[in-house]
Amino acid sequence: MSNPQMVMYDEEFKQINAVIEKLLREANSKVIFLVDKNGQLITGVGETERFDTTSLASLTAGNIAATGGLAKLIGEKEFSILFHEGEKDNLHISIVGGRVILVVLFDNRSSLGLVRLRVKKASEELTTIFARLMQKAEEKEKSGDTDFPFAEITDDDIDNLFS
Amino acid sequence: MSFINYASREINCKIVYYGPGLCGKTTNLQFVYQKTAPEAKGKMISLATETERTLFFDFLPLALGEIRGFKTRFHLYTVPGQVFYDASRKLILKGVDGVVFVADSQEERMDANIESIENLRINLSEQGYDLDKIPYVIQYNKRDLPNVVSIEELRKELNPTNIPDFEACATTGEGVFETLKAVAKLILIDLKKGK
Ligand SMILES: Nc1nc2c(ncn2[C@@H]2O[C@H](COP(=O)(O)OP(=O)(O)OP(=O)(O)O)[C@@H](O)[C@H]2O)c(=O)[nH]1
Ligand SMILES: [Mg+2]
Repeated sequence: MSNPQMVMYDEEFKQINAVIEKLLREANSKVIFLVDKNGQLITGVGETERFDTTSLASLTAGNIAATGGLAKLIGEKEFSILFHEGEKDNLHISIVGGRVILVVLFDNRSSLGLVRLRVKKASEELTTIFARLMQKAEEKEKSGDTDFPFAEITDDDIDNLFS
Repeated sequence: MSFINYASREINCKIVYYGPGLCGKTTNLQFVYQKTAPEAKGKMISLATETERTLFFDFLPLALGEIRGFKTRFHLYTVPGQVFYDASRKLILKGVDGVVFVADSQEERMDANIESIENLRINLSEQGYDLDKIPYVIQYNKRDLPNVVSIEELRKELNPTNIPDFEACATTGEGVFETLKAVAKLILIDLKKGK
């Protein structure tokens, strides 16, 4: 396939969660998600159990994809920040490192200005971690040192999924 | 492309149902949704027009079980089949792991099938995918209707490379799971090869 495999390892997972936990506190927000541009949830912190996270991830990615399409039509590369204002809750959506979507949900205990400011700082840290993650995945793939769980699956394993 | 999370021990794959307008893509997902145990599925999301035509996509997340200790999830998407929604179709194909082409078996939809498969090939290649290299199956839907084209004819026109194909009636569910299983299997075999 043309794109590198998206992977996540324990070490980076912990670092990423630490960054968004901090962002959650510093931005006074309610919940924060990281979503892959293809619509897969990477992680979430805060009041995540109140939300259907899988649906949220898919719709966020659809939203970014659609606005990205709009951006191209008017000659922009992409809109790197989207803001949706509700009666109580607001969504701040931004693209991190070109490939990951950061979603911050906040209410009137915070403000757009504060969220913006804190997101900017967190984004830089996240970009570094994701760059490292990609590099690590590539190196592992090159050296053939993947603890890839599927190398030894059998037809039976696959059939059992559907039984 | 699939997403392997070693931290949470999950693997996610994306399957896209493609095909001409009204061929039965949404109906496929609805049937899968109805027949899947509550604990194995998430909410089905349909972004549709007031007349129930798909406007952007349908989305159905399935968590079928575990392979080698990894939770294996499939995210099913449909594209809007109407010709003028091409920009949306391109977006939905991003990161696809496997494609189901749903053909409408009715005689008068033959041209639409052919056009849609060509459109699929072009849109995939714009993203750097080759239809002949990715996990891909065909479903000949609406076999219950009287004015259908024969399977031989459908194969000749739509499946020259002889990929796995299935007859179906999505409204009753015939052939729906067979189709899904086949593409899921191809995706897992691809993963096994470490692609
Ligand atoms: N008789 C019959 N009708 C079917 C079958 N599958 C789908 N239909 C009907 O065909 C119509 C269109 O089905 P959809 O599933 O909405 O079609 P779609 O491919 O999602 O269409 P778009 O969203 O416009 O791309 C509906 O009225 C379905 O009930 C089938 O196997 N047999
Ligand atoms: Mg539809």
